[in-house]
Amino acid sequence: MKSALRLAPLIAIGLAVAGAVSAQTLGYQLPPTPTPPELADAEAQVVVANCSACHSLDYIVIQPRGRGEQFWRDSVTKMVTTYGAPIAPEQAREVGTVLARRFGGAG
Amino acid sequence: MHTHRRHFIAAAAATLLPLPLRAQTSTATLPFDNGERPLVTLPGKRPMLALTLRPPQLETPFAVFNEGLITPNDAFFVRSSQAILPTGLDPAAFRLRVGGHVETALELDLATLKRNFPVHEIVAVNQCSGNSRGFSEPRVSGGQWAHGAMGNARWTGVPLRALLDRAGLRAGARQVSFGGLDRPAMASIPRMVKALDIDHARADEVLVAYAMNGEDLPFLNGFPLRLVVPGYYGTYWIKHLSEIAVIEGEFDGYWMKTAYRIPDNACACVEPGTRPEATRPIGAMNVRSFVTSHRSGDSVRSGALELRGIAFDGGSGIARVLVSGDGGANWREARLGEDLGRFSFREWRLGVPLPPGRQTILVRAQAGDGSTQPFEARWQPSGYMRNMVEQTTLEVL
Repeated sequence: MKSALRLAPLIAIGLAVAGAVSAQTLGYQLPPTPTPPELADAEAQVVVANCSACHSLDYIVIQPRGRGEQFWRDSVTKMVTTYGAPIAPEQAREVGTVLARRFGGAG
Repeated sequence: MHTHRRHFIAAAAATLLPLPLRAQTSTATLPFDNGERPLVTLPGKRPMLALTLRPPQLETPFAVFNEGLITPNDAFFVRSSQAILPTGLDPAAFRLRVGGHVETALELDLATLKRNFPVHEIVAVNQCSGNSRGFSEPRVSGGQWAHGAMGNARWTGVPLRALLDRAGLRAGARQVSFGGLDRPAMASIPRMVKALDIDHARADEVLVAYAMNGEDLPFLNGFPLRLVVPGYYGTYWIKHLSEIAVIEGEFDGYWMKTAYRIPDNACACVEPGTRPEATRPIGAMNVRSFVTSHRSGDSVRSGALELRGIAFDGGSGIARVLVSGDGGANWREARLGEDLGRFSFREWRLGVPLPPGRQTILVRAQAGDGSTQPFEARWQPSGYMRNMVEQTTLEVL
């Protein structure tokens, strides 16, 4: 890890009182999701902008490396066709290209 | 007010451990390519290997499995399918609905559920379908877990059958579906709903659980209720369970009909890199075993080494565990430890004489139904159900 992962205060508990009945809400906060160093540059902005609406970007960088271009094209296609990610075809191609170039090659 | 506040603090303490604010900088490395993970501390959890943060997915550090047969709540793995989790909840307002093809639909608050129905307890392993996916070869996409997407807990709750009986099944009831309070990031993503056949739903061991190891479920493990399906992979163990629906037909939701499918053949496997001709929903877990007392790369002194580990299967129980200290040339039967039930981790122990050099330890369990672990990996496109004989390499000095 190049940068510290700072976690937000972990528990937020609200006590709401309405009239004679008290509602006791238990809860917590999840931490912010930083952009991984592997995707923190201008070229990868298309990835950040289109993918992080549904999941944190660590989901991308943990995937196996060196699986070739098609691995990443298939991943993007699944997000769009199976899960309905609202990514324009041109943008989807660009996301696939960037991910394949960074993570698809051997080594 | 004063009373309320004290009550509220007690309730909060029961659910959530006091958590220090931490800035985490450390990482752990899983034994496959691209296996570095940050160690993070999320609500109710000790530092865990973060697979993803949204949705939160945490792997149990493997050393935890050597601490005891029961996995502590704060170390229990977290697999989340959907991005939007219930991060705030008023337990008094929570309702569990049982409906569909029944005589009388039920709407139960937690107090009624705990008071008006029988209470059962069971020790059972919950294992992610994709546990150990990171070892798949060739590698496949998905959550890149090592072996820590599993845990063994004592679950307390109401038998699902008692709820179904109270509602009264109507003639023709065929399956029961289960949904929770979590929601997908977008409306186009199918909600996480799973289904069981009616006979399975009525089996003794299936629970609507409200406690885990004697405490409220941690939020990240499904507070306030989760379905417990002993012997079946975790995908069926719906968290934040709020909707139970009896249906006449076969449930056709995405997470049953399209996702979480396995090759429909005897080995549940295909030639690596190929697709199956036919598939079926994933179901019962296959038999697995692990060394927990040592990890690959450890150095030990030559002579008799006491090895220890765990084994489990999908509910027929562990019949025996064989261990080899020489890469499979010779095998000896391990002693089995306390029996916490057929769905639980079972401890094994064995003293193995080890000569100097690099030695490969193999462990292979046999289940009560006669099934055993293969020596070679059985490959699935989704990376589910790994259960090959694992090896631990020791440097014997």
